[in-house]
Amino acid sequence: MNFDWSVLISAFPDLMQGLQVTLLIALSGLAGGIVFGVVAGVALEYGGRISNALAHVYVALIRGTPIVVQVMFIFFALPLIAGIRISSIDAAIITIIINSGAYNAEIIRGALNSVPIGIQEAGLAMGLSFPAVLAHIIAPLAFRRSLPAMGNQLVNVVKDTSIFIVIGVGELTRRGQEVMAENFRSVEIWSEVAAIYFLVISAFALGLRLLERRVRLP
Amino acid sequence: MIEFRQTTKSFGDHVVLRPTELSVKSGEVAVIIGPSGSGKSTMLRCVNALEKINGGDLLVNGISVLGSPADVRQIRRQAGMVFQQFNLFPNLTALQNVMFGPIQVNKHSKFEAQEAAETLLEKVGLFERKNHYPSQLSGGQQQRVAIARALAVQPKLMLFDEPTSALDPELRQEVMKVMQTLATEGMTMMVVTHEMHFARQVGSRLIFMENGRVIHDGEPTALLSSPPSERFHNFLQHVQ
Ligand SMILES: Nc1ncnc2c1ncn2[C@@H]1O[C@H](COP(=O)(O)OP(=O)(O)O)[C@@H](O)[C@H]1O
Ligand SMILES: [Mg+2]
Repeated sequence: MNFDWSVLISAFPDLMQGLQVTLLIALSGLAGGIVFGVVAGVALEYGGRISNALAHVYVALIRGTPIVVQVMFIFFALPLIAGIRISSIDAAIITIIINSGAYNAEIIRGALNSVPIGIQEAGLAMGLSFPAVLAHIIAPLAFRRSLPAMGNQLVNVVKDTSIFIVIGVGELTRRGQEVMAENFRSVEIWSEVAAIYFLVISAFALGLRLLERRVRLP
Repeated sequence: MIEFRQTTKSFGDHVVLRPTELSVKSGEVAVIIGPSGSGKSTMLRCVNALEKINGGDLLVNGISVLGSPADVRQIRRQAGMVFQQFNLFPNLTALQNVMFGPIQVNKHSKFEAQEAAETLLEKVGLFERKNHYPSQLSGGQQQRVAIARALAVQPKLMLFDEPTSALDPELRQEVMKVMQTLATEGMTMMVVTHEMHFARQVGSRLIFMENGRVIHDGEPTALLSSPPSERFHNFLQHVQ
């Protein structure tokens, strides 16, 4: 077969629209996932019996089921149970936030746990409340500690957006499939889609590495 | 200033501090010695409520360690603590470590905090190192920064838990000298240490602990020159 370069150009605008949706989902998932992850991670590490149990159940449920099943449940089953209809894009965003939040929770719990007790006690011993110690002493150190693992998790979030093809969200993978259904140029289209994912993920990874270097301690 | 009233502390059913009566007055330097595991650290940590006591009471400047969380924070503000392992904040420079308490605890402005912190670093002889991170300082320098950090919140008494034990012998003197200066300025201090010459020269009280009990409590030179018990005598031969 011959590789038709012009297909790459004609498909490009459609794929860029798909990329926008992918980035919308991924960035929402990143931001919301960090919020969920911090709340659940703090509950895992410091929570009372109830909040700790809730966080454990949340993490276990999400990590114990495939993300495809999670989004199917939220998009198809939840409306029947709760009587609320949501769009496919909203279902995708909710799923990615809840899903990445559970993985982030474990990372954040580990990072909080890595801060030496003595350093926390130094803060308490000068008269800070525990929440203040958490915010001003533990958090900056745990943040640095969590960066490499959070970086991996962020990359997974970008890649995981492609599974939302199953509920018809017009993200990058779905757009690729649509274009291909019209022109039957699967080699060109999937090469291009792969290249776009690769460039976006590499850019994220590079940004994270720069951030890691910036906050590294002497 | 510090009053132990039948204070007890256990971890589970392991009794670490047996009913203790002890009072340290303002301006006193109480040096605490005793074998490892005798409860010296626990005693200090009860004073600023890093350990919760199980029985009796313990008053610091009239406030009970059994009081409200606000009372406990008040006690901790008044009782500065210096740890064996320094425990500096590794993400902050020496200056930022010393400024931390005044800004976060006393709510001083950054400007005020910096002036005071620079004065304190000057006092412990580390003004030139103010922009170094803990990892860029020697152990003795880190411990002096830790002392400055504790002093920065303007405590009324200071607790030292083996402040030189993690240091090479040649670095101990610089830390001891800072502590001696503090003592001559009239700071109330409880010091757990094995440095007998510090006990003799700087201490106004010497407290010997064993098995969670205060065995001897008296004037350092007198106790050291004529040990009142066989046990104490043997212990001294071990540390000297
Ligand atoms: N957090 C803790 N949990 C259980 N046991 C402890 C704890 N801290 C100290 N201990 C025990 O209490 C005893 C006294 O410890 P400590 O006060 O550190 O002694 P010292 O400082 O005189 O060496 C030891 O037997 C130690 O094992
Ligand atoms: Mg000890």
